[in-house]
Amino acid sequence: MKILVVDDEEDVQPLFLQRFRKEIKNHELEFDFAQSGEEALDYLKDKHSEVVLILSDINMPGMSGIELLTHIREDFPTPPPPVVMMITAYGDEENYKQAMDKGADDFLTKPLDFNLLKEKLKTL
Amino acid sequence: MTFFTYAALFLLAIRLRRAIKLSPITAKWNAPLYGIALATIGVAFLLDDLLPNAEIEGIVIALVLLGVVEFLKREPDFKRFHVLINAHYPLIAAVILSNIVALISIKFYKKYDDYFQAAQLAAFGWIFLRVATSKKQQSELKRISERKDELEILVAERTVEITKQRNELQETVKELQSTQAQLIQQEKLASLGELTAGIAHEIQNPLNFVNNFSEVSMELIEEMEEEMAKGDMEEATAIANDIKQNLEKIRHHGKRADGIVKGMLQHSRASSNVKEPTNLNTIADEYFRLAYHGLRAKDKSFNADLVTNFDPALPSINIVSQDVGRVLLNMFTNAFYAVHQKQKTIGGDFKPRVEVSTRTIKTPKGSEVEIVVKDNGSGIPDAIKDKIMQPFFTTKPAGEGTGLGLSLSYDIIVKAHKGHININSKEGEGSEFIITLPIA
Repeated sequence: MKILVVDDEEDVQPLFLQRFRKEIKNHELEFDFAQSGEEALDYLKDKHSEVVLILSDINMPGMSGIELLTHIREDFPTPPPPVVMMITAYGDEENYKQAMDKGADDFLTKPLDFNLLKEKLKTL
Repeated sequence: MTFFTYAALFLLAIRLRRAIKLSPITAKWNAPLYGIALATIGVAFLLDDLLPNAEIEGIVIALVLLGVVEFLKREPDFKRFHVLINAHYPLIAAVILSNIVALISIKFYKKYDDYFQAAQLAAFGWIFLRVATSKKQQSELKRISERKDELEILVAERTVEITKQRNELQETVKELQSTQAQLIQQEKLASLGELTAGIAHEIQNPLNFVNNFSEVSMELIEEMEEEMAKGDMEEATAIANDIKQNLEKIRHHGKRADGIVKGMLQHSRASSNVKEPTNLNTIADEYFRLAYHGLRAKDKSFNADLVTNFDPALPSINIVSQDVGRVLLNMFTNAFYAVHQKQKTIGGDFKPRVEVSTRTIKTPKGSEVEIVVKDNGSGIPDAIKDKIMQPFFTTKPAGEGTGLGLSLSYDIIVKAHKGHININSKEGEGSEFIITLPIA
């Protein structure tokens, strides 16, 4: 299962790779990373059919996570559409509502609870 | 005729005595003058008996009068009465002259005695005339001195009033100065308030990493132990490398948070006014992000493109970094505010963009560092362009801006650092704030 993680913080990458070390080793999961909404859209142009889950930060310079979400829902409607989970440090009602309105499947807050995330992945 | 001389002497003493009544010199002169008056009467009887003839007596008493007159003239206490005292000279002269003439040639005297007597009488009468004049003068002087006293009281009153007003003004100036200091402090706190959300966000991120990387490292150690038990040393070494990298990342993010807290403390602290070599790129970058997250925390819908063009070869310059940091923060906050306003009004496809660039420029006077803060926001209307640097001028709604940001920026850059602030702006298209600081 291919997962795209979108976050402007570079150190998110080793974190995911280590947290899912076993799953990656056993080829259960595969991770790709983008550091901005623009980069993520570029990546999806070719590989949207491969990507099952997109985890995206909301607060990023340039294109925000919400904008990225809107683009994903508009540009890649072909079924099955990727599951999109939004992640933010601002875990407030407004952010949550906005994300859900724009078509997010789930909403996670930073700091990420990786055990919870693993549980959620099992249900996919 | 000797009688007139006695009378003159007697009256002189009496008049002076009356004139100085109730004045500070009364005590000193009352008795002597009374004495002179009484002595005059005594002397009149004495001389009448002692001296052989009336002519000598006349001369002697005239000389006594002359002596008294000269004595009184030399007393500073009687300066006011010179007119009265001097009035006796004609009488003295007339008496002495008449009597000498009589002594030398009684015939001649007899022949013209009418004239001699008339002269003495006239001289005696002259004294009365002068007394009248003197009295008039005295009352005039008294009037003037009273008027002078009145004026002096008036002047004293005015002086008190003016002094009071001056003190009040000084008080007011002091109050204004302390108000100004308070306002500056308030402005600092207000900008700190704007920063708080940004700071919270900026600290939360590295803290998350610190937590995440330490958690994952603990898991990795367990895994490493498992691998070692299995004897897979290659895998165990790979994991150990990961752990090492994680520890480095923990350290890195810990320092990042540390730097943010230090910066925040520095921002709110009173300026030390010490200029230190500072890399403008570093503080510009720091405040750029803080300002952005500060505004974002207030309005989640806000988003902007943050573009940085830092000259990596920018030399360090001597500045008070908190102060210049405050200026930059103000410029960034303004820029974000401007693009946010425009986004709110036109919305749609508008892409808010704030750009900060640094570079070194050569001028005839030497090298300068230039920082440009550029936005594509609402711009500054021409009508207010020359007002924006004025203290308390703000376009923000009441309670949102102190109106001191740019005015303080001007003080910091131009007055304290000998730099310049230039503004290019077009209403509806955006603004560009150009700060130059000398490399000294």
